[in-house]
Amino acid sequence: MDNKKYIVSPSPHIHADISTTSVMRDVIIALSPAAVVAILVYGWAELLVLLVSIVSCVLLEWAVTRWMMKRPSTVGDLSAVVTGLLLALNLPSAIPLWIVFIGAVVAICVAKLPFGGIGQNVFNPAITGRVFLLVSFPAQMTNWTPTPGFVPVPDAVSGATPLSLLKEALKGGSTIPQFLASNDFSMSSLLWDIGASAGELSAGALLIGFIYLLIRRVVKPWIPLSILGTMALISVVFHTVNPDIYTGPVFNIMTGGTLLGAFFMATDYVTSPMNVWGGVIFGVGIGLIDMMIRYFGAYPEGMSFAILLMNCTVPLLNRWFHQKKYGRT
Amino acid sequence: MGKVTFSRGGIHPRDCKYARECAIEELPLPKTVYVSMVQHLGAPAKPLVAPGDSVKVGQVIAEPGGFISAFIHSPVSGTVKGIAPRKNLAGDPVMHVEIAVEGDEWDPAIDRSGDLVTDIPDDKALILGRIKACGVVGLGGATFPTHVKLSPPPGKVADCLIINGSECEPFLTSDYRIMIERPKEVVVGAAIMQKVLDGCHCVIGIEENKPEAIAAIRAAVAELGYPDIRVQVLRKRYPQGGEKQLIDAVLHRQVGSGGLPIDVGAVVQNVTTSFAVYEAVQKNKPLISNILTVTGDKIPAKLQHNYLFRIGVPLSFVMEQAGGIPDTAAKIVSGGPMMGKAVSNLDATTVKGTAAVLYLSEAATRRQKESHCIRCGKCADACPMGLEPFLLNRLYKAADLEALEKNAAQDCIECGCCLYSCPAHIPLLDHIRQAKGQVMGVIRARAAAAKAAAEAKKQ
Ligand code: SF4
Ligand code: SF4
Repeated sequence: MDNKKYIVSPSPHIHADISTTSVMRDVIIALSPAAVVAILVYGWAELLVLLVSIVSCVLLEWAVTRWMMKRPSTVGDLSAVVTGLLLALNLPSAIPLWIVFIGAVVAICVAKLPFGGIGQNVFNPAITGRVFLLVSFPAQMTNWTPTPGFVPVPDAVSGATPLSLLKEALKGGSTIPQFLASNDFSMSSLLWDIGASAGELSAGALLIGFIYLLIRRVVKPWIPLSILGTMALISVVFHTVNPDIYTGPVFNIMTGGTLLGAFFMATDYVTSPMNVWGGVIFGVGIGLIDMMIRYFGAYPEGMSFAILLMNCTVPLLNRWFHQKKYGRT
Repeated sequence: MGKVTFSRGGIHPRDCKYARECAIEELPLPKTVYVSMVQHLGAPAKPLVAPGDSVKVGQVIAEPGGFISAFIHSPVSGTVKGIAPRKNLAGDPVMHVEIAVEGDEWDPAIDRSGDLVTDIPDDKALILGRIKACGVVGLGGATFPTHVKLSPPPGKVADCLIINGSECEPFLTSDYRIMIERPKEVVVGAAIMQKVLDGCHCVIGIEENKPEAIAAIRAAVAELGYPDIRVQVLRKRYPQGGEKQLIDAVLHRQVGSGGLPIDVGAVVQNVTTSFAVYEAVQKNKPLISNILTVTGDKIPAKLQHNYLFRIGVPLSFVMEQAGGIPDTAAKIVSGGPMMGKAVSNLDATTVKGTAAVLYLSEAATRRQKESHCIRCGKCADACPMGLEPFLLNRLYKAADLEALEKNAAQDCIECGCCLYSCPAHIPLLDHIRQAKGQVMGVIRARAAAAKAAAEAKKQ
């Protein structure tokens, strides 16, 4: 026989056609319908926010891993692109670009790399970036002036998302019917939600992306289902008791960052529980916190805060919940 | 009844059964065979021949070296040249009997005709005796001596014999060929084992991707008319053929940690073992040959074969006869791609349990660089034993034996589903295998200490 050397390594000898990069690529594909809708509606400004966010995240990750952490760069796994994309979709299109850059710095250099990089961070990087900006630059972060888009949109509401208008009105003591009458728009235009941040814009685009992730088996539905289920349940109860001051389930699920958060940020592998039941508790917690903030808090909605808070519980949930083993009770 | 499968974990690798249409061919005899004394689970066999002895095909050349061990017979006729250590697949020295082949003269007691014998002897002890004398071992992978498995310990009763025709490993086609070429023999073999187990139920499980085999075995069952044998179609899913998984799929019972199938009333035997039992009991033919598949990815059809080979033929001879090692091969595996062993020594010999020579290309088999765990949970989803491989990997690195035992590292069946599924390409099973070994060591030491303490108390 010939003297060619053959590989000798333990079984298994084959591997599924999957890698961290392919998983991240799927997430990027899943987010692209939402990104495209956002660019169409908010034009060049939105495109720039997306570009600055993604490029900053990638460059920061590359620079910090190479020059400061002195280890091979991990930008090839595309996780920094996902972070940049998610961060951008959480920002208003009219935001100054230097603030976008600061968000990227917080996401990559505070939330992700100091913990050891991909797989080891406790908090979702994009959400950490967003929450930091929300607290530090409240004016710019709530300036929802629609930037000129590539396609005309009906019913543009300027200045603030209807969600925050409604919150202000309720805080001022008026009821939902009064608010609708005085602002001259209907519940359906609220749902169309023009003037909301880019990623929240199109529930349809987000849903398509999420279904893609389900089909590709990248994520499992338990976390989003328990978030949305909890929110729906709480809304139904409160809305039935007093429809004048408590918004209903459809409104709460379709507005704000609910869908983007439930589909794409609460399902981040690293910062969510691995077990099904852990995931359900995690989701219920997020839904609960978000609804409390919506009904009783100072902010119009609280998806980011809810996810960030529940991120803290993940190590515990992972310790408590284990899957059922074969042949053991 | 509809299709069934096991209740948790598992993966769906691509089938790659390229050699499925290759009919079984008889492999020619080489000039020399090397018969290993370690071809079964348990103690090595003890050689009974000496250099210079002449032997016939089917003659006993080694006897069991313990309760769990097996007879070994000469696969050829000729002269014993030597009894010496020789490197096995992995390169470890193992005792082999070297026989120079002269002609092909069989022990006259063996019925070499092709006639089907359907009348099963009534005497259980006689049947078991023949199975033992013919050196039959489980051919589904573990090579556990069959007569031992068919003799439940006192107090344990088998109520179902499961014949494993799932052949869930990609690439392998030898069980499939046996089922479509010799279905009646397989069914008679099953009926024999059923009789030994006092007429328990018998289920032949076959995966749905082998409709021809399902049809052939069904027809044989109907024609032969033995009572209480049925075919169960299984959903395609790896590792369906794992004993514990198959029992779960067919009987919805789970074998406890450290337990045996008989604890839940089950005995599992492979279809090829069933064929070997038929030949042993009905034809008095010892286990001196088996079927192996020569296949691989990206290799031409003419290099793909299913061979009836004499046990002890060197792998290098098999590969030569099959048309040589293809240039694309980067790794040669004995067995399937999920649980087979990489061949480090091409001159190693075939043994009773050799099921395949598999050539894998660089692209199919090269391990990717390991990156950080992204906590996706895919390994845990894939684990058929319900373990959490990412956790076991972490505990192994921390050398936390206590936690490893608590998290059941010892339950790992080494199926490879976790490593196969991990997007970060972490060598999970490599580490878990080590961890399992260490934990088993601790468990054994503890049991030995407990036994010693109990004995000390008695005195
Ligand atoms: S090799 Fe072990 S740990 Fe990995 S999936 Fe199989 S049983 Fe589970
Ligand atoms: S499959 Fe790999 S990356 Fe995913 S949790 Fe398991 S070890 Fe981590």
